[in-house]
Amino acid sequence: MTKKMDNTTRYERLRERYMNGDLDRRSFLGMIGAAGLAYGVQTPFAKYAHAAAGEVRFDGWGGVVSEAFREHAFDPFTEKTGIPVVDGTFGGGDEYLSRVKASQEGEYNIAHLSGVFDYARYYNLGLASTLNEDNIPNLKFVIPKLVDVFRNVSDGALSCVPYDYGTTGLAYNRKYISDEEMKEKGAKILIDEAYKGKIAGWGDWRTRIWFGSLQTDQDPNGATDMEAVWDAIRAHRDLSLKYWTSGAELMSLLAEEEIYVTEGWSGRIYALQEQGHDIGYMDPPNGYGWQECLFVMKGSPMEACEELLNFMLAPETSIAVAEGQNYPPALDPQQVDLGSKIPTLPAFDPTGTLSGLTFADPAYWNVNEAEWSKTFGRVQKGY
Amino acid sequence: MSVEAREARQPWILLSPALTAVALFLFVPLLFILVYSFWLRTATGADQAGFYLDNWREALTDAFYRDILFSTLRIAAITTLVCALMGYPAAYFIARSKGNKAILLLLLMLPFWISYIIRTMSWINILGVSGALNTFLLWTGIITDPIQMLYNETTVILGLVHFLLPFMVLNVFVSLEGIDTNLEDAANSLGATRWETFLQVTLPLSLPGLAAGGLLCFVLGAGTYITPLVLGGPRDAMFANLVFEAIITQLNWPLGSALSLMLLAVLGVLVMIYNRYLGMAQLMKGLG
Repeated sequence: MTKKMDNTTRYERLRERYMNGDLDRRSFLGMIGAAGLAYGVQTPFAKYAHAAAGEVRFDGWGGVVSEAFREHAFDPFTEKTGIPVVDGTFGGGDEYLSRVKASQEGEYNIAHLSGVFDYARYYNLGLASTLNEDNIPNLKFVIPKLVDVFRNVSDGALSCVPYDYGTTGLAYNRKYISDEEMKEKGAKILIDEAYKGKIAGWGDWRTRIWFGSLQTDQDPNGATDMEAVWDAIRAHRDLSLKYWTSGAELMSLLAEEEIYVTEGWSGRIYALQEQGHDIGYMDPPNGYGWQECLFVMKGSPMEACEELLNFMLAPETSIAVAEGQNYPPALDPQQVDLGSKIPTLPAFDPTGTLSGLTFADPAYWNVNEAEWSKTFGRVQKGY
Repeated sequence: MSVEAREARQPWILLSPALTAVALFLFVPLLFILVYSFWLRTATGADQAGFYLDNWREALTDAFYRDILFSTLRIAAITTLVCALMGYPAAYFIARSKGNKAILLLLLMLPFWISYIIRTMSWINILGVSGALNTFLLWTGIITDPIQMLYNETTVILGLVHFLLPFMVLNVFVSLEGIDTNLEDAANSLGATRWETFLQVTLPLSLPGLAAGGLLCFVLGAGTYITPLVLGGPRDAMFANLVFEAIITQLNWPLGSALSLMLLAVLGVLVMIYNRYLGMAQLMKGLG
């Protein structure tokens, strides 16, 4: 099967040929120059060409997640339909939104977005498409609650399909912290002086405020004493070795024992456990639950995108991806047999109601986003 | 057309591709950034076009930005000083070595063949709790528990020195290469010791190279963003990180534009001071 090659790979192959002596310097530089010229000339027209060719660009979280998508969804999809899928990665929803804002319409097509609040931000910025649900019959397998929350944001229509869910819970090294201690201290272990210098956290303002709310015994979707929350964030900052910025960094810090405890993404921690690391994972009461969706940007080739979404929601694809990325699929376990591995994944809800998970309320978070993201930037730097 | 007129036009014809590139890829984007800095970010994250001074007022009057700017300049200054102290002897050694100069220069250039990010991240494998240095110290019995060496301001400066040292060495080397060694011989024959010759002849003549290296190290160091992100702790941010946060995390492009222009202005003033007293010719020599 022919894999879709991105420009970086093309360049690396060319460079390898040059380094091996298969290409003389003149040809090498000529090809680089020609590529640059071609890129400059074609960029304004790329979206039309991509749309005409039915090519779809997909952006996700990288690491084991992207590998699972590539292996279990994109390659089989291309093989079946002939539609190439070019996949890129991002470090977080904020960074990706900035890239989309700077791009031309149609340049980005589908994104693996996290949380309903992200969906609402994209929708409010006018970046949302409207899906033709008739082209996505496999949507019927999805947990209804997950679909409804998106519909409520976009006036009944859908710009995405729910795909998976997970939690941001507490990850700890069992060599140094027992399960009993974790149960006793919960989220407050992240501000425990005993582990100064061995604590970390995600440098994401929402996550910091969520856990700050838990540490001050407040509702994470309705904190009333924000000063107390900021103080808890300051305490965590002063005890932390580092704020991590990606799943790969989270896994590295825990695996290398640079830190003993942090909050972490359930699927990544499961991947560490699968690798043999003795890392425990616990969702504290009111732990941070989230659902991820496959969001289609305005200006995308809709039929190709809808075909890909339908393919990805097919139970066999969805289950294979879920097993690869270690996050439960959005499929309703009451309708679909999810096999043997998925029920063992963190955050899995066999009832399909997801009543045990607390999700971020977009009405609460998005209205405070501008102020809190800015304040967190200052608190992070010692203020 | 007269010969004189043709000769007068020739430099402009030859310069036109470079000038076009500079205009298109530097001045036009800068103009966009300037315009953006007067816009506002709305509650949804969309930009509101117009002429508002809010971002500039905030950037210039808020103590938070001033403190981070001073901290950035301090880190860049320390880095420059360390680069000068480490780079000068290395450059002197290369300039005065016989026969193997080309190999030494090649070794100096080798780090540029590896990505800056990879070079920065390599310190994690060296200084980390289970990194090479801790493993060695534990193995020799010098320590019984790993030492926490990473994720602080010192490692940020270390990463910057690692990145910027070759720029300093190259500039000082070029300057030393341009010194007539007969001058040093003359000083020696007039009774000066080797140390006095260095202090009174070599060092003063090589100062333009040292200054050019210093300027490059300072400007590049002050504008860095990756090093504090990879090697710094929660508080170790530099001014470029604020620009990143404003633009990426807060989706506040107008404020980010004002902040980036502010940094550009501060560094631009430094370059102008350098140009006023030393001229750009030395810098061009070092870069060449």
